[in-house]
Amino acid sequence: MSAAAHPSGRPSDAVPGLGRRIGSLRSERRWALWTAYISLIIAAIVMLAPPLYMLLTSMKTSAEVADLSGNPWMVHAPTWENYAAIIGNPMFRGFFYNSIILTVCVVAITMVISVFAAFALARMKFFGSQVLATGVFLTYLVPDTLLFIPLYQIVGGLGLLNSIWGLVLVYPTLTVPFCTWIMIGYFASIPKELDEAALIDGANWMQMLTKIFIPVALPGIIAATIFAFTVSWAAFVYPTAFITRPDEMPLTIGVVSQLIRGDTFAWGQLMAGALIAALPPVIVYAFLMDYYIAGLTAGATKG
Amino acid sequence: MASDSNAAVLAARPAAARPASSAMKRFARRRSTIAFLMTLPLISVIGGLVVWPAGYAIYLSMLNRRQTAFIGLENFDILLDSETFRSVIWQSCFFAITAVLLKALVGFWLAHMLHHIPTKGQRMWRGMLLVPWVIPPALSTLGWWWMFDPSYSSINYLINAIGFPSVPWLGEPWWARISVIIVNVWYGAPFFMIMYLAALKSVPDQLYEAAAIDGATGWQGLRHITLPMMQNIISITVLFSLIVTFANYDIVRVLTNGGPRDLTQVFASYAFQVGVLSGNIPRGAAVSLFMFPLLAVIAYFVLRGVNKRTKEMA
Amino acid sequence: MAQVSLRKIVKEYEGGVQAVKGIDLDIADHEFVVLVGPSGCGKSTTLRMIAGLEEISSGEIDIGGAVVNDVPPRDRDIAMVFQNYALYPHMSVYDNMAFGLMLRKFDKAEIRRRVENAAKILDIGMLLDRKPKALSGGQRQRVAMGRAIVRDPKVFLFDEPLSNLDAKLRVQMRTEIKKVHQTVRTTTIYVTHDQVEAMTLADRVVVMNHGVIEQVGPPQELYHHPRTRFVAGFIGSPAMNFIPARLEARGDNLVLLLPLGTELAVPEHRAERYRTHVGKQVTFGIRPEHLTDTQHISKQHVALLTLTPEVIEPMGMETLAHIKLEGTEICARLDPMVEAAPGVPLALAADMNNMHLIDDATGLVI
Repeated sequence: MSAAAHPSGRPSDAVPGLGRRIGSLRSERRWALWTAYISLIIAAIVMLAPPLYMLLTSMKTSAEVADLSGNPWMVHAPTWENYAAIIGNPMFRGFFYNSIILTVCVVAITMVISVFAAFALARMKFFGSQVLATGVFLTYLVPDTLLFIPLYQIVGGLGLLNSIWGLVLVYPTLTVPFCTWIMIGYFASIPKELDEAALIDGANWMQMLTKIFIPVALPGIIAATIFAFTVSWAAFVYPTAFITRPDEMPLTIGVVSQLIRGDTFAWGQLMAGALIAALPPVIVYAFLMDYYIAGLTAGATKG
Repeated sequence: MASDSNAAVLAARPAAARPASSAMKRFARRRSTIAFLMTLPLISVIGGLVVWPAGYAIYLSMLNRRQTAFIGLENFDILLDSETFRSVIWQSCFFAITAVLLKALVGFWLAHMLHHIPTKGQRMWRGMLLVPWVIPPALSTLGWWWMFDPSYSSINYLINAIGFPSVPWLGEPWWARISVIIVNVWYGAPFFMIMYLAALKSVPDQLYEAAAIDGATGWQGLRHITLPMMQNIISITVLFSLIVTFANYDIVRVLTNGGPRDLTQVFASYAFQVGVLSGNIPRGAAVSLFMFPLLAVIAYFVLRGVNKRTKEMA
Repeated sequence: MAQVSLRKIVKEYEGGVQAVKGIDLDIADHEFVVLVGPSGCGKSTTLRMIAGLEEISSGEIDIGGAVVNDVPPRDRDIAMVFQNYALYPHMSVYDNMAFGLMLRKFDKAEIRRRVENAAKILDIGMLLDRKPKALSGGQRQRVAMGRAIVRDPKVFLFDEPLSNLDAKLRVQMRTEIKKVHQTVRTTTIYVTHDQVEAMTLADRVVVMNHGVIEQVGPPQELYHHPRTRFVAGFIGSPAMNFIPARLEARGDNLVLLLPLGTELAVPEHRAERYRTHVGKQVTFGIRPEHLTDTQHISKQHVALLTLTPEVIEPMGMETLAHIKLEGTEICARLDPMVEAAPGVPLALAADMNNMHLIDDATGLVI
């Protein structure tokens, strides 16, 4: 007996398994989606809990922080007085000011060095350019914790310990290699015909760089700038090693080393200070995250 | 007309250029000079602030404490003999390997989950999950430190609330090690997540469709398509993160400062302790140089992976 | 505007590989010359040497009466249109066209005048504020040409400018390029691998192969009087049929003896020309349009054959029949009204007035 002889009766057998398959496909999809959302919700809670708790603590009075009886995840009497206190603290404002000066200088130096170098390495084949490109990458892999002791001696020898200018000198080791590396990638992806067209149009090397390469590779420049900014804002090893005078400290080490001392229950202020210190990179990311991620993951998406 | 004046320039040029070897060659030579000048700042940064200090570190590590006498490998000898330093080696390796594996697993899982939800929600979730990676780690670790506080721990509050006893987070060596790893994974997993997400997105959908038609289940698709396609990027991120984690300083410094009893010291924090805080610069240099062989091996593999990838992309 | 002369141009890469092996070519003022050949034949390299983008290994290039070997591209007063257009992605159409003039420090009003004039010629006036991203392929192509036109250079160089367009647009832009040349009359050197483009655009076609020039001439001449086997096979689509044969004497007359014994009579007026090759192995070449159905033939010197088609391709205005003739795949062009079917024997006429004979030893057309 063929299946066609039974048009009615057992429809699910007539088209074997098809009905069930569709149903299971749909439920499989739904199940996968649920797993995804549940995982993401749990992950988001874990990822956001520490900054959230910092925020909650920063809005508590010292008395409330010290009170062991209540739920620490609740704020009973929210207050901005910790923020007012920390912003009113001249030492903290000094940290902030130092961080800004330091970061602006380092970002500017880094971008000038890496854009020029990347242009030369991507477009002008010259003796040793290949070796240098590899060298740039290897340098990026050398961690600051390997270098801070000899640099401590060198910076000390230059009389730049306890000065943000000493940091301006050494921070490029953190930023230049990677920024150069991503800029090489961006410049190399510009079609060669574009420089040839510019060459025929009458551009010299400098015009080619400023009028063609920099504008075309702007997303890369933005990504590299954000990187340089983040790294110099967050750098910790060098300032911890080279700076012991509070008035020359940038935010990271300033908050960690100077605000902790004294009153044990200054937690609210400490957290307020840490959050304010973390704000600039967070703001930058909020607006430019896509550029940065694109720059960072350029290697992962190609090929 | 300007084109006429151009023609004049054009007519004049070859006559002037002839006697010299070749203007084109001069042009090329000038090009390498310009290129050299453009890379000079980069070369000075690499040479003056990386290569030279690295060499200087080797020299430093062979001096005595006052840097007055050359003592060969004695600093390394003393370090290897010390119980504390052996525990530093062990702790560094344990910390780096565990933390990187966990970061890679968590990152891969999250990337996979993000990849599965509808595209328009992805940006928001990605933004939220990236928050730990955006905050400077020295500062966010302060928050963790406060959450791990022995008497005010908000994490213990939650643990007590579901009926378990408090955990001595930073007071007991093993818990302190775990705490450092937790914070590092929390900070580093988002980075893995975005790298893997980008890699996942670069796998063409047709491959999965072809595999589905060939009869592959979701798991087989992951095993035979996703993982092989991502193999290279996975190994590069893992190796790269091994270097960074191995050399980590900020989290240990803020969270435990090496304690209790130096049992959570890693190379970086111990080098800082010995070199800067105790003032024995040569021995501190020796401590950090212990990282070098391992980093060199990892760097070799990263470079190999990157080159392979560049070739595949070409 | 100017004439261009290449004298013994050689391009040798490191390792001794010669991409261009000593080319001589004179291009007259206002002339439209197309360099055509298969990929790797050295045509693009030649163009890039004229542009100054590649160094010349030896020989001389002369533009407008001055040797430009040592002149950098920007001072050669040439303009180039690239295969991928090479439009500056961050600049508007206007700025793309104005860039070269701006770098040459033209005053603003003159730049505007020239750009607007070029935009009018190319009919892209309404696109001037757009970015290249927002343009279609054909529009980008026009902008790339506009960039060349505004410069009012001595020579236009085109490097496969239509390869990135779809078939329909390619035909349209081909006409456009020809129109522009008829308007501005600038000396033009155009590189392509597409022989149809070469035939339709050129005043003179230069066929290149393996770094040497095979033949230079007006399109019709190349088509009807190819000098080498390569040119005979390269120009024309579908390509010329090549059938191995032996030239034999039958009294005063000559015949072609095909591998399996078929004999085709050679017209008497060609006999004198071919007599030296009697008894030699040659290749008999005949274009598909000279191998047709027997309906309308009334000419002399026609060889009649009955062959069985393997594949029939109706094209609308004609029908192509693919046939095996004594071991060689050949193609015949039939009137669309002729009823032909695969496997059904078909009467065919070969117009021997239009035959070609190639010396197998030299590869030259006899």
